[in-house]
This record gives sequence, structure tokens and C-alpha cells, in this order.
Amino acid sequence: MGVEGIGASVARKEDKRFLTGKGRYTDDMSVPGMKYAFFVRSPYAHAKIKSIDMSAAKDMPGVIGILEGKQLQADAIGNIICGWMIHSKDGSPMNMGVWRPLAHETVRYVGDAVAIVVADSLGEARDAAEAVVVDYDVLPAVTEAVKALEPGQPQLHPEAPNNLIFDWQIGDGAATDKAIADAAHVTEITLRNNRLAPNPMEPRATLGIYDSAEDHYTCYTTSQNPHVARLVMSAFYNVAPENKLRVIAPDVGGGFGSKIYIYPEEIVCLWASKKTGVPVKWTCDRTEAFLTDAHGRDHVSTVKMAFDKDNRIIGLKVDTIANLGAYMSLFSSAVPTYLYATLLSGQYAIPAIHANVRTVYTNTVPVDAYRGAGRPEATYLLERTMETAARELGVSPAELRRQNFVRTFPYQTPVIMNYDAGDYEASLEAAMASADWNGFAARKAEAARRGKKRGIGMSCYIEACGIAPSAAVGSLGAGVGLWESAEVRVNAVGTIEVMTGSHSHGQGHETTFAQLVADRLGVPIDSVNIVHGDTDKVQMGMGTYGSRSGAVGMSAVVKALDKVEAKAKKIAAHLMEADESDIVIENGELKVAGTDKTLPWFQVALAAYTAHNLPAGMEPGLKEGAFYDPSNFTFPAGCYICEVEVDPETGVTDIIQFVAADDFGNIINPMIVEGQVHGGIAQGIGQALLENVHYDPQNGQLITASYMDYAMPRADDLPSFTLSHQNTPCPSNPLGIKGCGEAGAIGSPPALMNAITDAIGNNSLTMPATPQKVWAALNAAN
Amino acid sequence: MYATNYHRASSVQDAVKLQAGADEGKYLSGGMTLIATMKQRLASPSDLVDLRHIPDLKGISGNGKSVRIGAAVTHFDVASSAELKAVCPAICDLAHHIGDPHVRHMGTIGGSVANNDPAADYPAALLALDAIVVTNAREIKAADFFTGLFETALEDGEMIVAITFDAPQRAAYAKFRNPASRYAMTGVFVARRDNGDVRVAVTGAGADGVFRHSGMEATLAANWSPDALAGIAVDPSNLMADIHASSEYRANLVKVMAKRAVAAS
Repeated sequence: MGVEGIGASVARKEDKRFLTGKGRYTDDMSVPGMKYAFFVRSPYAHAKIKSIDMSAAKDMPGVIGILEGKQLQADAIGNIICGWMIHSKDGSPMNMGVWRPLAHETVRYVGDAVAIVVADSLGEARDAAEAVVVDYDVLPAVTEAVKALEPGQPQLHPEAPNNLIFDWQIGDGAATDKAIADAAHVTEITLRNNRLAPNPMEPRATLGIYDSAEDHYTCYTTSQNPHVARLVMSAFYNVAPENKLRVIAPDVGGGFGSKIYIYPEEIVCLWASKKTGVPVKWTCDRTEAFLTDAHGRDHVSTVKMAFDKDNRIIGLKVDTIANLGAYMSLFSSAVPTYLYATLLSGQYAIPAIHANVRTVYTNTVPVDAYRGAGRPEATYLLERTMETAARELGVSPAELRRQNFVRTFPYQTPVIMNYDAGDYEASLEAAMASADWNGFAARKAEAARRGKKRGIGMSCYIEACGIAPSAAVGSLGAGVGLWESAEVRVNAVGTIEVMTGSHSHGQGHETTFAQLVADRLGVPIDSVNIVHGDTDKVQMGMGTYGSRSGAVGMSAVVKALDKVEAKAKKIAAHLMEADESDIVIENGELKVAGTDKTLPWFQVALAAYTAHNLPAGMEPGLKEGAFYDPSNFTFPAGCYICEVEVDPETGVTDIIQFVAADDFGNIINPMIVEGQVHGGIAQGIGQALLENVHYDPQNGQLITASYMDYAMPRADDLPSFTLSHQNTPCPSNPLGIKGCGEAGAIGSPPALMNAITDAIGNNSLTMPATPQKVWAALNAAN
Repeated sequence: MYATNYHRASSVQDAVKLQAGADEGKYLSGGMTLIATMKQRLASPSDLVDLRHIPDLKGISGNGKSVRIGAAVTHFDVASSAELKAVCPAICDLAHHIGDPHVRHMGTIGGSVANNDPAADYPAALLALDAIVVTNAREIKAADFFTGLFETALEDGEMIVAITFDAPQRAAYAKFRNPASRYAMTGVFVARRDNGDVRVAVTGAGADGVFRHSGMEATLAANWSPDALAGIAVDPSNLMADIHASSEYRANLVKVMAKRAVAAS
């Protein structure tokens, strides 16, 4: 490895502009004549719209236009769709209700958009929005998925009787039932995976620009996948054909999944720009973000895990009810099915698994992928169950896991996934050694002398990343392929631009992708620019989510680099009168192996562009593109251990240590990987200890609509993390990368909850383990 | 935020006149609650009269026994005042744990006291220290000043000029923060005077705002030690309940924070 190549902790190139406040985000964009939008939103969780009266608002100062859903429908702008078809176990397709970008018949959650006001200033737009009179016929609301399935509850969509979207299953029910019947021991538990708000630092924003001279649209937006946004807006929402719609996602300040989806605001601002004749910018405020960004998780599951007399798992049966909110968001159907139940084998060899998943409409904001997306839910379920089983069976939780680990690869689980490589015991042992697991009893006794209750817990997670093989996901219902594309453009002086369909919104691609190029060509990373986030600059792409940019996005760059190198070698061989097979690329030079003949990289690039002396028949230029479609998912895995002290007087949990031992395959930049793990663990600890979206069950009002009530993790809530890697290279992609973006958020919640329940001796605790809940559980246990 | 007129008052008289002359004038003294509320469009005063630059409202003075804190003194200045530390370190410690550094450099004691947020820290200190709220018109004992949630004895147009109190023999404040907002979910200020009088004032927990707990006061007057509170039962019936803390949990916190305050005093 060179100082800037693969494996080097190179400082992030993009940080100079971020840390000096010079990032360029959507809200920083300004174009001549630009005006400001404010959305009129439903204050009710469920209501019929009787009328919308804009007469007073239209005459307010600065108002340019006020538009409502009827006009949107008249202009044939499409309804918002879910892009992944799931069929119920009876073979029927999912029951998708209508999601209008601007509701004009029914509103179904607090924050549902009803009208857009465009005005000279944001303040004037907001003033006028307050003067729009919407007459609502308020209906009863239901916010909890389990309740929404019960008879007599409010019905959200006529397409979905009993609010049931689909009733899906995976695995072998009969074999699983038999395993449970034959079991020496069955561990049963009911678990709730709490609902989270994603909270990227940058709230969503969009700027819609219609150019009447060209009949062309430009959309600046906070997106993790601008090409997908363009595709969906063209193909499904009828905004404009793709060649007349440019989507730009400039600097984006965090996404965590919530910026994958195409929301009403992008569509409406583009349309409103044409209707009003002015560019229209909308920027979400924080409460609007709580109300309208797609939330994550919100599962209730019952679990039965069957063991034989030797404590081997012989069956796992899961029944899950997942809340999808008021409408089906873009990938909402995939999250509690193929991103969740396919991971229910965990790190364990389980011969029989069956999962049943019902997804449900409720009067809450849509739920979709949030960092981990299905895999945290699977891991939480499995790892709390394993810990519970170990306690019931009276065996060490480490030993129970060790005994059931998958040890030979490839390993075909009963739930689709084929694990390609891993060494679960290596991470378990590394984590236990790092945490001094064996010294815990002494530490617990010492804490007890101070009046504190100390506990320790572990979690062994696996995730499926690098999503995904296109044909495989297509056969499971995905509406898109999940390959990635790249183009490597060598300029005439040898500097390089890499156009990638991956999108960086905090991941550091401008550094890591450049490191890959530097490693291959031996050029400084300063001579490599990574271009992303603009459909006019980058040929095509599927974006960044599911820890896919390294495994899939970089693999596309590798394929393009292969082609660039091959052509460069041909040119160099021709110029140095050598055989092409003798040319090697090292330290920014092309050399004839075994001789002192060399050509600097830039000279070969220049030769490609001057084209004065190229091999016969060769095209000028040095630019190559590639599409990479993965052959399998990747399977990062690891073991997390958390040790806590609980103050029995207050119920406050203090995290004493947090150990993460991960297998991410090969690593491009260890520092950036550490940062990803740190952030992921912080979000996982947030879920386990602090964060919870709370809707008033009576009226569907969002109680946690600001940081006054939604508890985000802060630096002083977190310990220093102890990290290590036990990497087994991924065999299915050229770089051996597995991905690291979601692991921290996936592996950490059960480790923390297992530690707290160990400390307090009450296993009924639910996330988030707030001081109040821990105190109550502690008193209930005693 | 709706449009509003901003005035910077140069004197107490000037401020009173500006406020009286406005349609719906509001005093601004840091604005750590008011500005946020206005930005949410939940408050819309026609005029803001900024008190932070009035010389008479600034400064901390004392004679080693009694103390006067100007209403426009920031939390940071209270936290870092050597004069206050010498006579009542508990109030410095309290101020040091309000909000974050930005808030502590903008927010003022007068603003906080006038707002009487049920989760604010200062009301507990004032009540426990038997402080006097000095206004442009009169002097009001803390016990008479805080009248309910966000309610005070201040008349329309009346403004706080200073807070005064006598140094306690021992005092301390223990706060349990709300996990989200980090306001006091329960805060207890304990103080004992030279004459043996004890006051225990609780903020963040009472359904009607700050209150004194007479049972703990009597117990501590007899025996100033954390262990003395072991047998005390705090009645949850008049305590707040919300998604973060039930009234039973708050009742527990009142007792635990009182014990910790006594231990720290």
C-alpha cells in the first residue's frame, strides 16, 4: 500500500470545504428570479378535505402562486409509488393505497401536504400559507400497527381492508413447527423495535427550475440517488422525460436512508416552477423533518427459538407486524421482508426458519429504510432471543453462540441468503478479549460495593450489504436493478476524473474512490477528482445506501480502470516498442518490466489525446466506462460487547465500555471506516437508550416533533469505542470489500439491551431504555 | 417569525416607556425562550424591548453577606462570579449547568425568572434562598413571585431589576436532566440558614411549577444529612407526568436529587 493507496488512512479531501463552512448544499443554491415555497400541511392525522379556500391567501403580500392537488392531478402528475412488489402468501399483490403528492380528498398523517405557496420570501410564503383555509372533516386515527389490524379501527385506504398491506411469509413453516414440537427447550419472547426519526444534520430541501425556453427542468435536491430520482420522476410521476430533467444532488449533509426516496416536495416544486414561471426553492425546518421524513423500524415481533438437548438451535419461528405509516414509501415493502427476514439465520446454522410478516397502514408518516433497514430489526430480534435463551438454559451466552455458529462457507441459509465468507468466532474471541469478558465478575462485585448494578451483553450480527445482484432482486420484486456504473476519464495531462453513480453524503467517497485510483496508477490522489450527484455529468447510477458504494460502486470503478489500464498499456507498448504484456504500471509510470524503459503516466495520456502516434486502428482518447452488477450480496459480520452500570436510584445507564469487532472484508481507508463504525454505534446507542418517535395514540399528533422531546445521542452520552477488525475478504467482488456503513447501527442495540437487562435482572425492558423505564423495570424485578 | 420592532432600551425608565407605548410590547432579556417561541410563530409581540444593555440591570454586588444580581446578568457571569462563589457557590454551580455555552452567554437571570418555565433552574434557587425579586415598582418575595406555570406576580409592564438574597450557611442544587431537552426533569435546591431554617425547593416536577417540600425541610432541619431523607415519601399526586417521566418517577427523583443536593452541600 502506498501512502495514499488502498489501506491508508488518508485525511478526507472533502473535509476542507465541510469544516470551513464552504460546503454547497441545496439550500445554498440560488438562481436568478428564485422564489420560496412553503407547504400547507394537515394538522390532523386523518381527515377528509371538504374544501380549500385560497382567496384571502392569494392577495397576501409577495404571493406568486398557490397550488393544490386538484391542479396537480389535472396536469397528470402521478401518484407516489412503492418500487418493490411484494405478494402476500395467498399470491395476491400488496394492497397499495393512493399517495397523492398534494392531498385533495383525504389526509392521512399530521404533515400530509395539501397545498404549496410560492412567494417572494419565505416569511411571506408562510404568512400566506396560514391564510389558506382548509375545511377538514376530522376522522378517527390509529397510529399503532398492532391496533390498526384489529376490527373496528379507522380504515386508511379502500385498497387495503383492515389496513393490511400484505401478509407475507418466508421459509418452511411445517419444518419449523415440527422443530418447535420436537424441541428440548423453546425460548419465547415478544420484542418491539422502536420507531426512529432519521435526523440527518441537513434537513431536506429542493430547488425546482423550469426553463420554458428549452422546456427543460432542473431539480436540485437532497438525494442519496439523483439518477433514481430522475428515473422515478420521469417514469412514474410524469414530471418530464428523462432527457428534459436534470437532477443534481450537490453536497448532502447525511441521509441514513431518509434521502433515498422521492418525496412530494421535489415533484411539487418542479411542477410549481412551471406553473408559476419562477424557480421554486423549499427547505424543510426541523419540525417539518420530524413530521415528513420517512421514519425507520417500528416492528412488533413474537419469536420462538427451538433448541435440542445439546443447545443447538433447531428452529426459529417469527411473527412480525411492521408499521409502514400512512403511505407506501419507495422501498418500504422491501425493508421488513427481503432486507429483514432473509437475515433471520444470523451467524447461526439453523435448519428450519419461518417468518410471517404483516405490514400495516397507520396514520403516521411513511416508514422506510433507515441505517441498517431491516437488518437491525433482525439482529435485535435474534440477539435478544439468544441472550434470553442462554439465561434460560443456564449457559454462557458466548458459548451458546459459539456452539451454533456457521463455520463452513459458502453456507446456504433457509431464508435465501448464501453466506460467502466469514469467521464469526474470530470476532467473538477478539471482542471478548478486548472487553476482558472473563474479568467481568470482579468488576460487577466492585460496582455492587459502590451501589451500582453492572451488566455485560453481547451481540453477534450479520448483515447483507453490497446490494444487490440485479436479477436476484428483480425476481424478488424490485422495480430496479441494483448495479452501479462508473466512468474513468483521463485528461490529456494525465489528471483523472471518475464519474460514479454512487453518491457521497458523508461517506468520504471523494477520498476513498481517489485512493483506489491512486493505488492502481500510482498517481497522487490530488490528481484524481470524484464526480457524483449530477445526472448531466454522471452517465447513470443507483446511488448510495445499503453499504453498497465500496462493494458495488468501487467495483464499477475497478472495471473501468481495467479498461483504461489496458488501453494505456497498449499505447505505452507501442511508444516504447515493447510487448503489451511486459508493461507494468507503477508509481505513476508505465514501465517495460525488466528494463529501464519508462513513460510517465501523463505522457501516455497526452499521447492518447494528441493521437499522433497511436497503435494502428486505435481510437484517440483515454476514457472508459463500466457497469458492475454484483454476483452476490456481501456479508459483513462481527461481535459487539457492551458493559454498563445502572444507578438503581435513578435508572440511569452509564456505558462503561463498548467493544466492536468487525469483519468488513478489505478496507480502503481505516480512518473513514472507523468513523462509519463510530457513527453507526452512536445511532444504535441512540435507538437503545434515547430515541423514540412518539405519536399520541388518541389523535395521531406527533409528540416528539422537536429536540425538546426527541432525544438524540450526544457526545457525553457515549463512551470511547474500542474497535478491531477480523477481516475475511469478500470473494464476490474484485476488491474483497464487504461494506461498513450500517454495521454499527445494526450490531449495537442488542448488545446494549443485553447488558442492561443483565444488570437489572429484568428481561422485559423495551427500547429506548430510558432512565424512567430502567427504574420501573428495576423496581418491578425486585 | 412574524415581523416585530426591536428596541434597545438605555435605562429602566426608557424600557418601561417603550413597552407601554407598544401595541403588544414584550421585554427581551436574552430571549432564550422568547426568540425560539417567536421563530415557531407561537408568540408574536409587536415590539421587543431589549433590556440587556441597561447599565442598572448589570453587575453583581454584595457585602459578603447579602447579594444583588442585576436582572441582565448572564448565566455565564453568575457561574463565573468570584463574589458569588464566596457566598453561595451553589448558585454558580446551578448557572454553570443551564443549557449550553451559547445559552449561558445570552440568557439572563432576570429573563429566566420572569419566564418562570416550570423546568427552569433559577426558580428553585430563588425559592430555597428566600430571595427577593426587585422590580421597577416594588420588592417581591420569591414565595409570592412564582404563581404558576409560566405565571408570575409581575404586572403588565413591570420589569425585574435585580435579584437579592442573603448568603445561606449551606446550599446545593442537584438536577436530573430531561434526556431530550436537558432542562430539569427534576431539580432540587436545598439551603440552610445560619438560624437553622431549611428550605427545599423543587423545580421541573411540580404540576403547578416550583414548590417547597415541607416534609423534607422539617426532617433536614433536625438532621442535615442525606440519610435523614431515607424515610421520606414524596407524594406523586401533584407532580407532572409526560412521555419522559411519570409522576411516580418524578417523585422518586425529587427524593434522590434532594439527597444528592444535601450530600453536595
